[in-house]
Amino acid sequence: MLIQGATVLIGNGARLDDGDVLIEGGKISAVGTALPAPADAWVINAHGRVVSPGLIDVHSHLGVYPSPGVSGNDDGNEATAPVTANVWAEHSVWPQDPGFEAALAGGVTTLQILPGSANLIGGRSVVLKNVPAVTYQAMKFPGAAQGLKMACGENPKRVYGDHGQAPSTRMGNVAGYRAQWIEASDYLREQKAYQASLKAGDKAAAETKPPKRDLRLDTLAAVLDGEINVHMHCYRADEMATMIDMSREFGFKIVAFHHAVEAYKIADLLAEHDICGAMWADWWGFKMESNDGIQENIALVDAAPKGCAIVHSDSQEGIQRLNQEAAKAMVHGEALGLAIPPERAIRWLTQNPARSLGLLERVGTIEPGKMADVVIWNRNPFSVYALADQVFIDGVLQYDRAHPRLTPRSDFMLGQPAAPGVLQ
Amino acid sequence: MRALNACVAAILMSSVLLAPMGALHAETVLLRNGVIHTEGAQGTIEGGSILLVDGVVTAMGVDVVAPERATIIDLKGHAVTPALFGGVGHLGVIEVEQEHTTEDSTLHLGKMHPEFDPLFAFNPDSIPVEVSRVEGIGFAVLEPGATGARRGGLGSSVIAGLASVVRLDGRNNSSLKALSVRLGESAQSLAGDSRAGAYLLLSQAFEEARDPKVAASHEQQLLTPAGRRVLQSVLAGQKPVLFSVDRAADIRTVVEFSQREKLQAVVVGGSEAWRVAPLLASARIPVILDPLDDLPESFDRIGSTLENAARLHRAGVAIAFSLRADSPHMERKLRQAAGNAVAHGLPWDVALAALTREPARIFHATHEYGSIATGRVANLVVWSGDPLEVTSLVEASWLNGQRISLQTRQTALRDRYLEKVRSGTAR
Repeated sequence: MLIQGATVLIGNGARLDDGDVLIEGGKISAVGTALPAPADAWVINAHGRVVSPGLIDVHSHLGVYPSPGVSGNDDGNEATAPVTANVWAEHSVWPQDPGFEAALAGGVTTLQILPGSANLIGGRSVVLKNVPAVTYQAMKFPGAAQGLKMACGENPKRVYGDHGQAPSTRMGNVAGYRAQWIEASDYLREQKAYQASLKAGDKAAAETKPPKRDLRLDTLAAVLDGEINVHMHCYRADEMATMIDMSREFGFKIVAFHHAVEAYKIADLLAEHDICGAMWADWWGFKMESNDGIQENIALVDAAPKGCAIVHSDSQEGIQRLNQEAAKAMVHGEALGLAIPPERAIRWLTQNPARSLGLLERVGTIEPGKMADVVIWNRNPFSVYALADQVFIDGVLQYDRAHPRLTPRSDFMLGQPAAPGVLQ
Repeated sequence: MRALNACVAAILMSSVLLAPMGALHAETVLLRNGVIHTEGAQGTIEGGSILLVDGVVTAMGVDVVAPERATIIDLKGHAVTPALFGGVGHLGVIEVEQEHTTEDSTLHLGKMHPEFDPLFAFNPDSIPVEVSRVEGIGFAVLEPGATGARRGGLGSSVIAGLASVVRLDGRNNSSLKALSVRLGESAQSLAGDSRAGAYLLLSQAFEEARDPKVAASHEQQLLTPAGRRVLQSVLAGQKPVLFSVDRAADIRTVVEFSQREKLQAVVVGGSEAWRVAPLLASARIPVILDPLDDLPESFDRIGSTLENAARLHRAGVAIAFSLRADSPHMERKLRQAAGNAVAHGLPWDVALAALTREPARIFHATHEYGSIATGRVANLVVWSGDPLEVTSLVEASWLNGQRISLQTRQTALRDRYLEKVRSGTAR
């Protein structure tokens, strides 16, 4: 397949005008101008349109808090104990959530599904490709590492404090995390010592019972071992700094602070520690820790040298128009005199989230060898009027605005009155 | 000593002289060379000018001559609109939603009080009011909330109370009242856990209002005398009734109920309104909807679609916009929602009207809001680009005749940290 003559937003800050994108075997095989079309290629004329990498949302609860939001579907927070590192979000994902197909129409091709934020340590996330499927296994991004969801601040202390149990304060939050890491450090040491003695051919070790496995500690030990990175829900600048200290104390990696409403106050600190800020364009004020939200947050995090800004949704509405959220952040940055052309802003939706998920080798930019997750927009995507014309995942056309009947449709929506598609 | 007294006298004298001087020389501002979307009789004026004298629009058109001493502002072809509608919500009565001590939208007495008026709690200095104002929003509807029992206490009522049109100019003010009623899923927990129970309570309340004898004969009266008077004014056609309702079947019931009781009904929410569009059109019932509603987030909203606005408009139903999330912090997003309605089939001018003249008309406030006209106090906004586009910003705004400051607590925060980011010391 050859997409011809588009304005190509590569995803890494570069732009190619009148550009072609060649897709072969589900991968991007070439990007350039005036590429020759292979004999049997499907050629798409994209003159006057804009091509971007598929959008990546690092913070979604689709499938675990699906539509309709009724109690039978409420599977996002295992809010029965402040630490549930043993749970995996993928075991809650309902692949029939109609939110997936709505997000697809907004150009979202990859999304990280996280447990909710009631708990200090909420559980393992899962990275999905936004393909229609009956099972979550069929949606899993092949080979993507899981993440660990942790939460700062008001939510854990409110949820458990209201039940008269720890944590009920921010200091209680931190004590709660640290106790877990101490336990996990011991667990990891025992597991490693046992494996090492087996490897060394220690006969006595082979005959002794292996150390007892524990699902919660398995997860935490994998974090300490660097197999799983931490995605941390954290609004306030001072709390983010506390979490950075804690990650250094125990030796684990926080890849992104999610909902980082005050990231602009510590943009340099985040850049120095190679931590992305995953942010909303304009959410603020719904609780005290979001009271200092400003519309320039994303642009200021992006402006710091080596800063990593991500636009995330945490919303079944917002995920449908991440491009518009980025557009708002872009214009508020430009009003400060920052130069943010579309090829720079698109990084907030593609390259940077891919980096935080450890998937930049495979998605997030339109470069040869990467998965062919590509969106063709009807115009500059940083507009309220922009719509995705076509969305490809692994080179397969999954959404075509001109053919609404071909669009994936959740089982739940079958036989329901909401007529899909184009106004008659 | 005498010299000092003389000096004081001179100061007093000059201040006395200055006061009438100011009144004699009215402040005159000419906004020149704009695209003026008047939303009134003059339509859209390309290359138009607006003359403001002491905050009143005294002339508007393509050939307005600048009087002597007028301050001239060149709009460089930029768009001017009436100050926008912020939607139906709780602006001014909630500071931080999750802090109950700052949340005054809802009466949790477990009884029906149509006379409950959250306007008494309206705080014109609320930061969300300021933040909305600088985004071009000039008026909004403050409505009472309606939620079930909270914190182990009592719930509110299917008749939530009185809604008011408020101006966001930082003063206490309001015009017309409307009655706020909840039906459907949101009313279930307020009506004995039954959707039908909400109609039972509503019917009984209106019966009590209409006939004091009936009210006196009830063992369990729903209304206080003040509550009866409110419903009597509604029955007399003095107030519209806002029905928060989504499911098509419930909207049909609202239409029947309103016709029977001769109410001026307004549907708020209306996710499935497109399914009963011809009925709404013939009953002349407007719909205040959220153009972003498109998922079946509840069993009342299975038929949600991004085309709701466009379909209703095509069927001849009057529409205005309000976000479903009634957060006072997000009313500034309503403009974006309107742009999305355009992307999904609604004509652009209808979308702008749904943020300006239509809500003013629905709430009987066209004398003050929703359009720009000569002889009226200025409530208008100058935009950097298309007013419905997310990349457009407010360049200037006048509310109640005064040019408003675009500085807020948020811009102060921004300015404090901007230099730190620039110098690499943000930590």
